[in-house]
Amino acid sequence: MPIEFTLNGKPQRVNVAPNMPLLWFLRDTLGMTGTKFGCGMALCGACTVHINGEAVRSCVTPVSSVAGKQVVTIEGLSEDRSHPVQRAWIELDVPQCGYCQSGQIMSAAALLAKNPHPSDAEIDDAMRGNICRCGTYHRIRLAIQRAARLKYPQAKSAKARAGGAELLPTAQFAAQGGGK
Amino acid sequence: MNGCESQHINRRSFLKRGTLGATGLLIGFYLPELRQAHAADSVRSNSAASGGRVTLNAWIHVSADDTVTIFIDKSEMGQSVLTGLAMIAADELECDWQKVRTEFAPADKVYFNPQFGAQGTGASTATRTSWEPLRKAGAAARMMLLRAAAQKWGVEPSECRAEKGAILHAPTGRRTSYGSVSQAAGKIPVPQEIPLKDPRDFRIIGKPTRRLDTPDKVNGRAEFGIDVRRENMLYAVVARCPVFGGKVASFDASKAKAIPGVKHVAQISSGVAVVADNSWTAMEGRRALDVKWDEGPNAAATSETIRKLFAERASRPGHIARKDGDPEAQIEHAARKIEAVYEVPFLAHATMEPQNCTADVTAQRCDVWAPTQNQTNAQKTAADITGLDPSKVFVHTTFLGGGFGRRFESDYVADAVEVSKAAGKPVKVTWSREDDIQHDFYRTASYAKFTAGLDADGWPTVWMNRIACPSIMGRFGPLKDNFDARSVEICDAVPYAIPNILVDYQLAEAGIPVGFWRSVGASQNGFFLESFIDELAAEGNKDPYELRRHLLRNAPRHLRVLETAAEKAGWGTPPPAGRFRGLAVVSSYFGYVAHVIEISVDRSKRSLNVHRVVCALDSRSPSTAGACSRAIFMIIRCCASRTCPSWTCTSFPANWHQPGPANSRCRRSLRRCATRSSRRRADAFAACRSGQKTWPDLFSRLRQAMPLAPKTLRNGVR
Ligand code: FES
Ligand code: FES
Repeated sequence: MPIEFTLNGKPQRVNVAPNMPLLWFLRDTLGMTGTKFGCGMALCGACTVHINGEAVRSCVTPVSSVAGKQVVTIEGLSEDRSHPVQRAWIELDVPQCGYCQSGQIMSAAALLAKNPHPSDAEIDDAMRGNICRCGTYHRIRLAIQRAARLKYPQAKSAKARAGGAELLPTAQFAAQGGGK
Repeated sequence: MNGCESQHINRRSFLKRGTLGATGLLIGFYLPELRQAHAADSVRSNSAASGGRVTLNAWIHVSADDTVTIFIDKSEMGQSVLTGLAMIAADELECDWQKVRTEFAPADKVYFNPQFGAQGTGASTATRTSWEPLRKAGAAARMMLLRAAAQKWGVEPSECRAEKGAILHAPTGRRTSYGSVSQAAGKIPVPQEIPLKDPRDFRIIGKPTRRLDTPDKVNGRAEFGIDVRRENMLYAVVARCPVFGGKVASFDASKAKAIPGVKHVAQISSGVAVVADNSWTAMEGRRALDVKWDEGPNAAATSETIRKLFAERASRPGHIARKDGDPEAQIEHAARKIEAVYEVPFLAHATMEPQNCTADVTAQRCDVWAPTQNQTNAQKTAADITGLDPSKVFVHTTFLGGGFGRRFESDYVADAVEVSKAAGKPVKVTWSREDDIQHDFYRTASYAKFTAGLDADGWPTVWMNRIACPSIMGRFGPLKDNFDARSVEICDAVPYAIPNILVDYQLAEAGIPVGFWRSVGASQNGFFLESFIDELAAEGNKDPYELRRHLLRNAPRHLRVLETAAEKAGWGTPPPAGRFRGLAVVSSYFGYVAHVIEISVDRSKRSLNVHRVVCALDSRSPSTAGACSRAIFMIIRCCASRTCPSWTCTSFPANWHQPGPANSRCRRSLRRCATRSSRRRADAFAACRSGQKTWPDLFSRLRQAMPLAPKTLRNGVR
């Protein structure tokens, strides 16, 4: 029995073993390799996708369980790197090796969809399951704050509301080229 | 997007572009010592065969549409070498940075890293070894383009200049773009004399520059090894013996083969490979395999037996790495004798991208797509397995999801080549995370024994240090006198002015594969050395900073970073309540670094919280302050990002310690750096909160970096 769901806005029919993890269906069957394999045990976050808007680890999600649902991968986040999280990521040159970043970006985008102005603690909490072996955590936090501002330019960030710096100088600094 | 179009080329297409055909100009430069070795089968001789004296090749390609393609012959694994090397070449080339594209270079002798005699990336050599060749390649290309334009206009080259991708002739106001003279430039002989720019005139080097690979890393387009796809490709995983040195005794594949989608099961040198039409089915097939292992000579080895072996070896004198004065005699006269033992465990590299490789073996050729740090070895490994000449092995380097030395090895290449050969199809072999952690070439476990003597005033007079551990270099050939200098690096260069020093080494092979891991020997030896000097400070009743200062009187670069870090950290002022400060200074890979770290101790959880890191670095990088500062930025990011809300860095630009007018500029940049650092610290304070990141349980055992012995902890904090 084929399984049907929506992938990046388009209908998708699946004819694979129903217990095949969504990750491998995406990567090997469809050739959508933006979603990464890091552990296969929901321990690293590299394989994060959105299912009905929730950040989910696709490595432990059987393809059968997404029947009738909306699945969004890094490839479908935007056509042209225009999602606020992607823009912030570019502005701050977040990635190093880049391998974890699809997962980081998907987790960050899901967070901001729910919580437009997360505090640092909320960011840490939401991003806890995403490991970065290169250690880009500092810039990830800054980029999420930056993305929140890009997404809702009128509103004030949590930090600004708390009386902190409205414009993060570090973000400017990184946008000027990172460690210079 | 600018420069994000990194793609892989096989050597054939590379050569096609190299033949000065319609596509434009390929310019390169040979390292003189490689000229001969390279002549036989190089890009250049192939080009030569297509007519005329071609002295062009390897790094720079200028297309008719003004696009400049720079071949990156080092592996990009997060260190930003792709952007850094492109900047070096582009600056001398005087091209338009917006027109720069990059491609990973194929495996070829012309790209040999002179430090290794092979094409490879590691040991902090990428920028150092590319600096001059890339500048010369860029400058030579610029000169050829300029001469071509001058020829076209019938003017003297000296009247022309290159600027932002164009040649200008000031007297007549004429201007032509690089693309429009690239073909003519291809016919200009490579200049013999290649003057380089005055660093003062750098336009790109040392300037804040965005990474070229970021855009492709935010939408999933960057192709890592694990993402490679070939037509008709199959997917494989390998079951490996759980004991190092063991092998397959027998196996029953019937259950695995019964799984729909499993295509082949084949024994290869590393174990039993299951080949299927996707990776997951291959993993399911592996689970269904029934393999009997011959566990070999290490069947009974445990952490405890290894520890005993190390301790036993360390009880005997070893090969002397350094001897000053007469330590054995003087230790008897010391007012006080202090002994300590430090042990560190094996560490996996745990690259974020598990090991993998794709190979396509046919009778005529072998293609290898690999996230490798060692193209030459990948090529040789495939040639050995297939029996093909290395010139028939085409290595396509992808992005690397982390390297850390793990990808200097070629075991994953051998897997893919063997399986593709057996299956007769292109095959991608993917390692699971468990495979990756369990079958690494680990940072070696090591056992360091120290004995020191203090005089009546508490100053050290004798320093004796014995290291017992496995050898990395022993893997590559017999060791002379069972001595591996890498095992004692840093320890043998103890910078402290102590009159009697003895450092010796005892080889202790544990049967566990060891390899290059970030900073290699320094990773554990810096910890040993700096922990023990702290113990001496405590025993001699000295401030750990003052003791170091006193003993570093003959080591100005150590002293300078130490004093800077201490000053910025406010050493000598009381830390906030409940906080403690510790410091360390180490030199490794021509760099000098000091840290002051502020921590608190949670006794109930037996854990440390890092509150602040102050780092001072004196790098001998040939670049200016900006690049140094970027390097530190990365170091601190690695160390501090897990738990630390605050960090400060101060960089010492190139050769500040050498006299000369060029350095006043450096010193100015240094001051600017320092100012920016404090601002950044304030930002970091504002923006960051402690966000503890740990590998989950599965990995925590192996990634525990350097456990602090309770005694060291007590003495190391104040
Ligand atoms: S691969 Fe799914 S969490 Fe690691
Ligand atoms: S950028 Fe390398 S693992 Fe996160």
